[in-house]
Amino acid sequence: MQTIETLASHYNYIITIFLMIAGLYIVIARGNMIKKLIGLSLFQTSVYLLYISPGKIIGGTPPILDPAFKVYSNPLPHVLILTAIVVGIATVALGLAIVVRIHEAYGTIEEDEIFEVEGEE
Amino acid sequence: METLISSVLLTLLAVVTVAIARQRNLFGVVALTGIYSFLMASVLIVLDAVDVAMTEASVGAGVSTVFFLAALQLTRSREQRPAHSVALPLLVSVGVGAVLVWGTIDLPPFGIADAPIHQHVAPVYLENSVKETMVANVVASVLASYRGFDTLGETAVVFTAAMGVMLLLRGRRRTRGRAEGNSDKGEAP
Amino acid sequence: MNFDVIPRVVVKLTLPFMLLFALYVQFHGEVGPGGGFQAGVIAAGMIILYGLVFGIEQAKQIVSQRLVERLVPLGVLIYVGTGLVAMLLGGNYLDYSYLAHDGPHGQEYGIMAIELGVLVTVSSSMVAIFYAFVDRAR
Repeated sequence: MQTIETLASHYNYIITIFLMIAGLYIVIARGNMIKKLIGLSLFQTSVYLLYISPGKIIGGTPPILDPAFKVYSNPLPHVLILTAIVVGIATVALGLAIVVRIHEAYGTIEEDEIFEVEGEE
Repeated sequence: METLISSVLLTLLAVVTVAIARQRNLFGVVALTGIYSFLMASVLIVLDAVDVAMTEASVGAGVSTVFFLAALQLTRSREQRPAHSVALPLLVSVGVGAVLVWGTIDLPPFGIADAPIHQHVAPVYLENSVKETMVANVVASVLASYRGFDTLGETAVVFTAAMGVMLLLRGRRRTRGRAEGNSDKGEAP
Repeated sequence: MNFDVIPRVVVKLTLPFMLLFALYVQFHGEVGPGGGFQAGVIAAGMIILYGLVFGIEQAKQIVSQRLVERLVPLGVLIYVGTGLVAMLLGGNYLDYSYLAHDGPHGQEYGIMAIELGVLVTVSSSMVAIFYAFVDRAR
């Protein structure tokens, strides 16, 4: 009973960790480079959830100050994750540019085929 | 009530993630990523992170989808079947997940107001934001004034990404199509 | 029959509202959700949508490649310049209190200036990356 209560109150964190391992699995198990980049962005969004979930106060309100409200959710994780989202899109854009150049050089974006071609030399 | 809504949305997120992992047509995967971003933005609104939700919706479901589709147009759009078995990566991922679940058991329950995270720096920002900066949105005042150096670094990162993509993709094309791929490697510097 | 008619008409009606919404998010970022990043991405989305529906040549007539190349560093320059102005007026780097006659007003001017810098850099960077991808395909 105790574990079921703990699991129910930690459901957010369990789903966050599920998203994280799904992103990790896509990065290490799939050979297509664009799929790997999508897995990487999934991993990053799960980290956003991991940061923002502890900042929420039940009964609170978004951290925009107003005389009518007293309890505000924590603004500090929001600031850090705002930066992280923008850096994530910068990483993905650069990664996609490199994938395009790899495709022009090798004719494929599957990791296995590139290893075969490189292994012949 | 908020817990119920966020739980339902998070379950939908998990379902979409499983679909992304199994789908092999990359156009479908990009469309599912857009749906994932919108669901993530909804979860963030329920968690009171309105600035972050607006950024995630516009960046994740807006320009990120456009960039992926542009890259798909320049490369192939169907993923191959994996050549070796997926048992070991699955085992590693599940093992890492189990260790992380064990590590998060000691976190405070979701949503209580006297967790340690709310004690030290955040009340200072919430009290002094209007007095010192005349800005009511605490996230904007922390981002721009109290933590202004981080935002300077972030702007520099966006600038670097644009420069990098322009340098990579705006030279002359060396080869047109897959048939001449082998002949290009001889001239690489 | 040309099946492009519906997207063309609808997008032409939607684009001014996107620009208006981007400016609204930028200037109301201090009293509500928003700020430079969101506004920059929405403004870039306007140009990208126009380019997707009407063709990249038409989009380049509105926002040319040379303009985008000059705007990308300009935003970072505005941000860094604000910090330097604060330093020249006597304070530390990026200490906005010295930008006006008293502390809180100086902070407000500083925040508005750097949000403008962030808007310029983010919007022109997203448009520049889009142009780079599309030009590679031609």
